[in-house]
Amino acid sequence: MSQLQFYLALVVGGLCAAALALSFATPFEAGLLLKAFLALGTLSLIRFFVPIGLWADGALAVLGAVALLTSIGVFSPAPAFFWMALIAARLFARLFVERLSKAIAPGYADNAGLDLLIPVMFGLTILVAREVITRAGNVPRVILPPPSMIWARITSSVPTLLADFQQTFKAVLIGYALGCGLGFIIAILIDRSPFLKSGLLPLGNFVSALPIVGVAPIMVMWFGFDWQSKAAVVVIMTFFPMLVNTVAGLNASSAIERDLMRTYAAGYWQTLMKLRLPAAGPFIFNALKINSTLALIGAIVVEFFGTPIVGMGFRISTEVGRMNVDMVWAEIAVAAVAGSVFYGVISLMERGVTFWHPSVRGA
Amino acid sequence: MACGLGILMRRRFDGAVCNAMTRAFPILIVLLAIVAVWYAAAIGMNAPWQNDVYRRGDITNVPATQFVLDTRNREKPVLPTAHRVFGELWNSTALVAPNKPRSLLFHARVTFSATALGFAMGSVLGILLAVLIVHNEAMNRSLMPRIVASQTIPISALAPLIVVIGFNIFTGTLGVPTDPARLISKAIISAYLSFFPVAVGMVKGLRSPEAIQLDLMHTYNASPGQTFWKLRWPAAMPFLFASLKVGVAASPVGAIVGELPTGAVAGLGARLLAGSYYSQTVQIWAALVAASILAAVLVLAVGLVERLVNKSMGARPA
Repeated sequence: MSQLQFYLALVVGGLCAAALALSFATPFEAGLLLKAFLALGTLSLIRFFVPIGLWADGALAVLGAVALLTSIGVFSPAPAFFWMALIAARLFARLFVERLSKAIAPGYADNAGLDLLIPVMFGLTILVAREVITRAGNVPRVILPPPSMIWARITSSVPTLLADFQQTFKAVLIGYALGCGLGFIIAILIDRSPFLKSGLLPLGNFVSALPIVGVAPIMVMWFGFDWQSKAAVVVIMTFFPMLVNTVAGLNASSAIERDLMRTYAAGYWQTLMKLRLPAAGPFIFNALKINSTLALIGAIVVEFFGTPIVGMGFRISTEVGRMNVDMVWAEIAVAAVAGSVFYGVISLMERGVTFWHPSVRGA
Repeated sequence: MACGLGILMRRRFDGAVCNAMTRAFPILIVLLAIVAVWYAAAIGMNAPWQNDVYRRGDITNVPATQFVLDTRNREKPVLPTAHRVFGELWNSTALVAPNKPRSLLFHARVTFSATALGFAMGSVLGILLAVLIVHNEAMNRSLMPRIVASQTIPISALAPLIVVIGFNIFTGTLGVPTDPARLISKAIISAYLSFFPVAVGMVKGLRSPEAIQLDLMHTYNASPGQTFWKLRWPAAMPFLFASLKVGVAASPVGAIVGELPTGAVAGLGARLLAGSYYSQTVQIWAALVAASILAAVLVLAVGLVERLVNKSMGARPA
């Protein structure tokens, strides 16, 4: 047992015992499941004499979450031991993850998706804690709606969300492809001219530091309210990171490697395709990853300046005005998931294409 | 760099001047090319409208010079020429009292204060988080995933929500006057955008001392505090400034986006939005240039502080 695990186990057991003692002040029948959780949690202190498995901690965390969720309305206002139980459940989850990550650390190839359990546990903890805190603590809906309410909103307004998503993501994908493609091509073109390189690169670095979102109203004026104006802003946002990174990547191959290509009598294009572009891969994927987050946020923000009556940014700004915060959070959830998937796809492609790079081989 | 000017100057001036010239020359040429394209595009993009005017007024055989002048002097051009943008910039800064809402300085000040406050909050938060993460294994394992996860939320998209709700909380329950409340809610977005690069960069920087150096501190019987202030902190400085530059570039975006929705009346973002409502293209461009100048000044300021710190720490110029 590591030091961290020792303290976690001690604190969580003590917390459960204290909460259990406090809960005796309420009628016995009220919140039985919660009290059972606290009793079992106190019982977990026997681990200092008899070792107990890590799955017991996981089960206790799940039991705690279920008990908390089912007994939200029982006590009002929520008493101190309720909040202590919440902290205890989170600590059990933490302890479980800690022990699990230690158990699979030696690097067995077939841990049967156990390493996937850690982020899942992490996400679930946040969701449950937020649900319990917002509902039991009577947090106003306007400030932070409980996740269940957001989920209900997502399921009840799938067509709207889908339409918004399509509208915004069309602009994101087209703008992203155009911006990255253009940056890539221009980088290869100016790579042959040191003069253009030394003229364009400082400008590219400078432009990356500017608040490009500001060109949104101009693009809306030029390209109209529909997706074209959003795609235009995304092109501008993604162009310079791609340009700067590709140029840096094309210089990544060392002189000795280039000399080797020359001894093979390789021409410019052969050297480019077989040596310099593969060597630039990590840099290019770095830009692709940076741009994937930039593009989505950019497209949403441009929609604040004017859209047809569909689109994620449009929905967010209008529903905020109507104080329909659950709809706003539903859109944010969709955006976060879409953004993560977008990023994940690019990372997977990176692993496939730049498999030789130390950062990929090491992982 | 193979440029004729540089070779020419090398004969007359000392190396430093020549070096600066050879570096600046390509940038100048590219800038000139951009300006040339700008003016050509201004004529081209305003031409359809101008032709329309001529057709309606039955004006034929317009000389080319007159045509160019007409396209430039349009009231609300599709693409205003550079000199009109800078003229507007001059008119709305130098010729208007800086405390009037018509002055760009007034709006720039509003945006700057939100940006600076947010950047300060974000950097301090980022540094504190990094210190915690480096010194405590439990913090490392519990905070780091949370910091990374925090960036999956598209905060700029949440900006309207944060501004409206933050404003209501600050003015309602906390009793803060309206102006500071608006400022703080915008600064929160800036802080959220800028803390992440600082935290990540500082974690890397505070961990950059090698094991042998840490061992040396150990042999000196240095306390954790001494190790921190005499080894880790100085070693982290290059990382700190590199990430501060990223953070300071991100924070005006937060402030500007925070000014867009919800009827904000002051700030460069509000100015952009007002310009877009009334199709005041020259005003939009002027606000855009002002925002760029603001961002550039901030990045340069961080660079200046970096130089001063490096100098005071006795670093040799790279």
